[in-house]
Amino acid sequence: MLVSEREQLRANIERQVKEFGNDRSALIPVLQDVQHKYGHVSEYVMQVVADILHIHPVEVYGVASFYSFIGHKQKGRFIIRLCRTISCDMQGKDRVARQLENDLGIQFGETTPDGNFTLEWANCLGMCDQGPALLVNERIYTKVTPETVHDILEECRTLFGVYALQEKETLCELPTPVK
Amino acid sequence: MSIELNKNTSRSPLSQRIQPMGIPGLEITDKLVTVTIDDKEVTVPSGTTILEVAKQIGIRIPTLCYHEDLCVAGVCRICVVEVEGQRTLQTACAYPVTEPITVRTHTRKVRQARRHILDLMLSKHYGECYACFRNNNCELQALAKEYGVDFFRFGHPEKPRFKVDRSSHSLVRDMDKCILCRRCIRTCIDLQEVGVLEVDKRSDQSKVITFGDKPLGEVVCINCGQCINRCPTGALRANDPTEEVWAAIDDPTKHVVIQTAPSPRAGIGECFGLEPGHPLTFELNTALRECGFDKIFDTNFSADLTIIEEGTELLLRLHKALVEKKAVALPQFTSCSPGWVKYLEHFYPEYIPNLSSAKSPQQMFGAVIKTYYAQLNKIDPKDIVTVALMPCSAKKFECNRPEMCDSGWKDVDYGLTTREMAQMISEAGIDLPAMPKSDFDDPFGTATGSGVIFGATGGVMEAALRTVIELVCGIKVEDLFEHADIIPVRGFEGIRFLELPIKKVGPVPDLLKNLIPDWKWLEGATLKVAAAHGTANAKLVMEDIKAGGRCSECHFIEFMACPGGCLGGGGQPIPTSPSIRAARAKAIYSEDASYEIRKSHENPAVVKLYTEFLTDGPCGHISHKLLHTGYTPRGKYIV
Repeated sequence: MLVSEREQLRANIERQVKEFGNDRSALIPVLQDVQHKYGHVSEYVMQVVADILHIHPVEVYGVASFYSFIGHKQKGRFIIRLCRTISCDMQGKDRVARQLENDLGIQFGETTPDGNFTLEWANCLGMCDQGPALLVNERIYTKVTPETVHDILEECRTLFGVYALQEKETLCELPTPVK
Repeated sequence: MSIELNKNTSRSPLSQRIQPMGIPGLEITDKLVTVTIDDKEVTVPSGTTILEVAKQIGIRIPTLCYHEDLCVAGVCRICVVEVEGQRTLQTACAYPVTEPITVRTHTRKVRQARRHILDLMLSKHYGECYACFRNNNCELQALAKEYGVDFFRFGHPEKPRFKVDRSSHSLVRDMDKCILCRRCIRTCIDLQEVGVLEVDKRSDQSKVITFGDKPLGEVVCINCGQCINRCPTGALRANDPTEEVWAAIDDPTKHVVIQTAPSPRAGIGECFGLEPGHPLTFELNTALRECGFDKIFDTNFSADLTIIEEGTELLLRLHKALVEKKAVALPQFTSCSPGWVKYLEHFYPEYIPNLSSAKSPQQMFGAVIKTYYAQLNKIDPKDIVTVALMPCSAKKFECNRPEMCDSGWKDVDYGLTTREMAQMISEAGIDLPAMPKSDFDDPFGTATGSGVIFGATGGVMEAALRTVIELVCGIKVEDLFEHADIIPVRGFEGIRFLELPIKKVGPVPDLLKNLIPDWKWLEGATLKVAAAHGTANAKLVMEDIKAGGRCSECHFIEFMACPGGCLGGGGQPIPTSPSIRAARAKAIYSEDASYEIRKSHENPAVVKLYTEFLTDGPCGHISHKLLHTGYTPRGKYIV
C-alpha cells in the first residue's frame, strides 16, 4: 500500500470514529463501515483501528474473525451467500447451489478469477417461509430456483441491480480485483 | 497518594478484567446471605461467588478456567453445581450469591456433567502425557484422574492437529494441548496489557492465536511467560535448552559456569514438594556441583555491580540536568527486566533514551565471566559456557539478543528457568531439600543483601537507594530506615512512590571521584523515585509520564514486567497465586536480613573488580564496553 493511501485510510477511519465515538463499543460499526467501503478489513486497518480506539490489535482481529460478514481477505465484488439451513435445504437449495457453481465455475468458498463473485454458505437468513434464500451483498433474493439464478447473476454482471448501483456511488475506493 | 494511578483503568472488556472476587455489577456488599452447600450452612456477604463460599468452608469444587489472578470467565464449565430452584446447572465460579440458596456440589447430575465436559475436552486434546513437561503437574490430567476417566467417550485425536510454534526464543506454543480455557488471553490482555493472544473464530473452530496467526517470534510478545505460569495444561512452555546444557557439562573441554538468581532459589523448593517460601540457596549449590557444573556463582554479585553502574548513571544524569543544565532523559528507567525492556521497545520506543544503558545482572555477569574471570583463571573464553539460572522466560530472549556479545563471545550461552533446573536436578537423581549446604565459588563468592532483594518488586529501588544514600549523604542508611529496610518501596501495591529529601551531603567517595567533583548541587534536593510491577502498571506509569503527571517528576523508576517482580516470573514453578508470591517475597526479604553486608557498594568482590579490572571506574570506558548496551525501537505495528 502506498503511503498516501495509508494516510487516506487512517483519515477515513478517524472520521468514522468521530461519528461512532472514541471507545471500544465503536469497534463493530467501524469495522462494518470499513468492510462496506473496502470490501475487506486488512490487517493494517485492524491495527489502525486498534490504535485509534485504544485497544489491542489482536482483540480487533478476534472480533473480525468472529463475524463471518467481516473478512480480512479481499473477496469478490458480489458476495453470494446461499442459506444452507434446514428449511432452505428442504425447498431445494442443493439444485440452486449446483446451478450457482456451474454458472460461475467455482466451488463454495471460492472467488471467480475476475474478482467479481464470491460464493459462500450462510446459516439461516430468516427467510424460512420463502426458501431457498440467498443474499447478494446486502440484498436478499427469495424463492430462488435454478432458472432465477441465471437472472440474478446477469443482474449483477450488467451492474443494473439497484443495490449495485447504490454501492457504486458510495464507494470511495473500488476494491482491487483479486489476482 | 497514588489512588489515581492505582485505580482500575483497564481498557479490556469487563469479561476480561481482573476481578478476583465478585462479578461486575454484583460487587460484594455489606448485605449478608445464607448459603447452604452440601447441607453446610454459612453466612457470607452478598456477591460472593459459590466457589469462594465453598472454599471458605473447605468444600472442593474443581476448576480449570478459574484463576485467582484473573477475572471470572466461566467458559470451561467444569465447576458446575446444582442450585435448588434453577433448571440448569450453574457455574460456581460465576454465580454470585445474592439471596439464600441451596447448592449441591456432587449429585449424580453434576458428576455426570463434569465427566462429559472432561470427555469433550479430551476429545480434542492431543496430549501425550508421558512426553509432556507438565506430566504430574497438569490440571487437566489431575481432573481426569479425579473423575476416573478410563476411556475416551468422544474419541481422542490420533495425530497432532497443529504445528508447534517454536519461533520465539523464549516460548513454545503447542495448540494441541490447549483446552481453550482462555487463561493465557486474560493474562496477556488484562493482567499484562500486552495483547498478544486472543481467540480466533468461534465454536468448534475457535483457537487461541496471535495477531494474524503469526508466529510468536514475530508479534509484540514481550516473553514475560506469565501465560506459561497460568496455563492449566502443557500448551505453553518455555524454550528448553536443557539438552544443550547437559551436552556442555558432558564435554570435558568445556568449563561450565552457572550463575543463580535469588528468585529461583526461593522458588525451586516448590518443585520438590516444599511449601512456598523455603529458600534452598546453599543446598542448590551442592546439587549443582553434583550435576557437574564447574563453578557456581551468585547473580547477586552482578546485581550489586548493576546497582553501582545504574546508580552512577543516575547521578551523572542528574548532574547533567542540574549543574550542566543540559537536556537529559529523566526519569531514568531500570533495565533489569528483559520483559519490560521489550515492552518499552514495542509500545513506547520514544522513551528508549530514558532506559538505563546498564545491562541486566545476568548479562553483566556473562560479560565479566568471559573477560575478567577468564583472564584471572587463564581459561580461553571460547571454552567457557555460561549458564544462567533465572526465574524468567524473557532472559532466554535477552541472552540471544545480537548485541549481547560485548566480551567477544556470546555473553550468556543458555538461560535456564527454575522449572528446567528442577528437571535437571531430578534427572540427576538428587533430592534437593536433603542436600548439605555449601557456599558459592570465588572470586565472586561474597554477596550482599541488596543483590538478593532484586528478586522482589521494589528491590532494585531499595538496593539502589541504600547505595545512593550512603554514597551521597555520607551517612548510614540505618540512620534513616530501621535495619536499612526501606519499607515504603516494598509490598505488592501496583505503583509505589518514595520521596527522599537530601538534607546534607557527604564527601565524594573514591569510586566516583573522577566523575563528579562534589555533591553540593544535590544539597536540599528531593530525590523522587517510584516502583511499578506488571506491565499493566508500567503502562499506567508511562501514560502518566506522557500526560506530565506525578510520575514524570520522578528521577528514577523501577519497572518489573511480572506481577510481584522476578519472584513471580514466567520461569518460576507452576502454579502461581498472590499467596505463593507473598511467601516467596518473605523468603527473599528474610534472606536479605540474614546477610552481614547488605549494601552493594560494600561488596568486597565488586570493590575488587573495580580496582583490578574496571580500572576507570563505574560508567568508564571498559565498563561502557562490557556492562552497558543499547536498545532497538521495535514499534507495535506488525507487518
